[in-house]
Amino acid sequence: MPDLTIPGYTVVHEKPRSFYPVCERKPEMQHQTHYCPGCGHGIAHKLIAVAIDELGIQDRTVLISPVGCSVFAYYYFDTGNIQVAHGRAPAVATAVKRSRPESIVIAYQGDGDLAAIGAAEILHAANRGEPITVIFINNGTYGMTGGQMAPTTLIGQTTTTTPFGRNVWNEGYPLHVSELLASLEAPVYVERVGLGSNKQIMNAARAVRRAIENQVKGLGFSLVEILSPCPTIWKMNPVEAQRRVLEETVKTFPLGQFRDRTKSAPARPAAAPVPLFAEIPAILGLANGASPAAKTMRSGETIDWRVRVAGFGGQGVLMLGEVLAEAGLDAGFEVSWLPSYGPEMRSGTSNCHVRLSSKPIDSPLVLHPNVLLAMNEPSLRKFLAPVEPGGWVFYNGTEIPQGCAGRLDVHFIARPFAEIAGNAGDARSANMTMLGALLEATGMLAEERVLAALRRRVSSGHWLEVDRRALDGGREAVTKGVRHES
Amino acid sequence: MTTPDRGLVLIDSEECKGCALCFEACPPKVLRFGELLNRYGYRSAAYAGAGCTGCGICFFACPEPGAITVLRREGRVCQNN
Repeated sequence: MPDLTIPGYTVVHEKPRSFYPVCERKPEMQHQTHYCPGCGHGIAHKLIAVAIDELGIQDRTVLISPVGCSVFAYYYFDTGNIQVAHGRAPAVATAVKRSRPESIVIAYQGDGDLAAIGAAEILHAANRGEPITVIFINNGTYGMTGGQMAPTTLIGQTTTTTPFGRNVWNEGYPLHVSELLASLEAPVYVERVGLGSNKQIMNAARAVRRAIENQVKGLGFSLVEILSPCPTIWKMNPVEAQRRVLEETVKTFPLGQFRDRTKSAPARPAAAPVPLFAEIPAILGLANGASPAAKTMRSGETIDWRVRVAGFGGQGVLMLGEVLAEAGLDAGFEVSWLPSYGPEMRSGTSNCHVRLSSKPIDSPLVLHPNVLLAMNEPSLRKFLAPVEPGGWVFYNGTEIPQGCAGRLDVHFIARPFAEIAGNAGDARSANMTMLGALLEATGMLAEERVLAALRRRVSSGHWLEVDRRALDGGREAVTKGVRHES
Repeated sequence: MTTPDRGLVLIDSEECKGCALCFEACPPKVLRFGELLNRYGYRSAAYAGAGCTGCGICFFACPEPGAITVLRREGRVCQNN
């Protein structure tokens, strides 16, 4: 920063310390932001930076940049920065605030970002009362992409997507975000300000500072909506655009405080301390606080099990896959588990893809399994063909259905697994008899890994015992070749 | 009799984009276009040289992070009386 010492004079306003000294986005543009001349973002940025300076919070501020013209805000703010997916700033801000409660999290969003694609995020973050600060820039258009209609576009306003002007019968009415959020119970502070005149700008400075200060004080959700000029898209010079905010935009979006509970808001309970990384295994109930994978990592053994488990919903298809994947993880393999099922909780089709590998897994999809566990006939018919030659097929039934017997190049194990499970205690544990058969036939995983995984998955002592007996029954069905007794 | 101005405004002509919002914002209207284009091709703002009150409003009206620096004269300054 240049030395601006002039004898007899004191600097009263200068580039806030919360900005970087130079703009590093492009080497040839170090003195210039990427914004158009007269852009409201620049003023809003400055108000935020001044507030951060005044509150002395630069070293713990995290600014969440959106998608839109302000996507590059992180090139200007010398604070923590995260640039997030379109509209998702409140969700990311929530995560940052919850995992680092001492940080001051400012979500900076435009109207396309916040009010269109991110409408759900902002609504629910506000409704949860997340103690974050949201700065919402409302200029009534999608600036970066060339001036499409935004939810906040004024009635009659011409944009590239409303070439004849916004028509309420076709595009609806401008969305009043501040009013909408102020109808919720949780927000502490919601105010709409403008950048249309000196007076409005200084009022905006006060509101922005207050919204950030609320967070410093540990109060709840604060949002400032800033009516901002967009000279380029509005096809006006900067002074005309500013005047339009003052004279036109405010007619649709009246300025004012829609919620101010900064004095009456109850103190938020202190956030639970975030555990240290080293504490996480103990929290997850893993013995000795050590990661089982690290302890049991195998070496040298090359495996690549690609398992497809299929049946109807309620048969325990997904759980079978989960137990398999978890036991594999326990044994030190790379694993993946990908469920695929219809919307029905019961009786729809259900299947999952499980991979156990000694190498990193590129895709969790199992299109050509080397193990198929088919818990009913339709599943066998559907998934048998892609099973690799030499693979294993376990089928819950005694007779291989017509049309499926042609696969002589696979190991076929057809047993009445549901009946075996019924004999062992409960027919609903047929998934475990199939798992037992799989383990017995292939030696895929050691028994104790599977039992350990099962113990984590099944909380009921009764069902754990049923499942254990079912596992044993499945093993026996392979070794003794138990067949349907009829 | 003249007294020294209460304020002084410095403009970084390389950062200024010549949007002219500060001309409008300045209460004593002592900001105007400068003579030359900066290296980016903008005709940047310039201080007329006298009349600044140091109010600082141009600083807030300016969209550029550091284009405007406002200074105030130290000590009490008597106006023309």
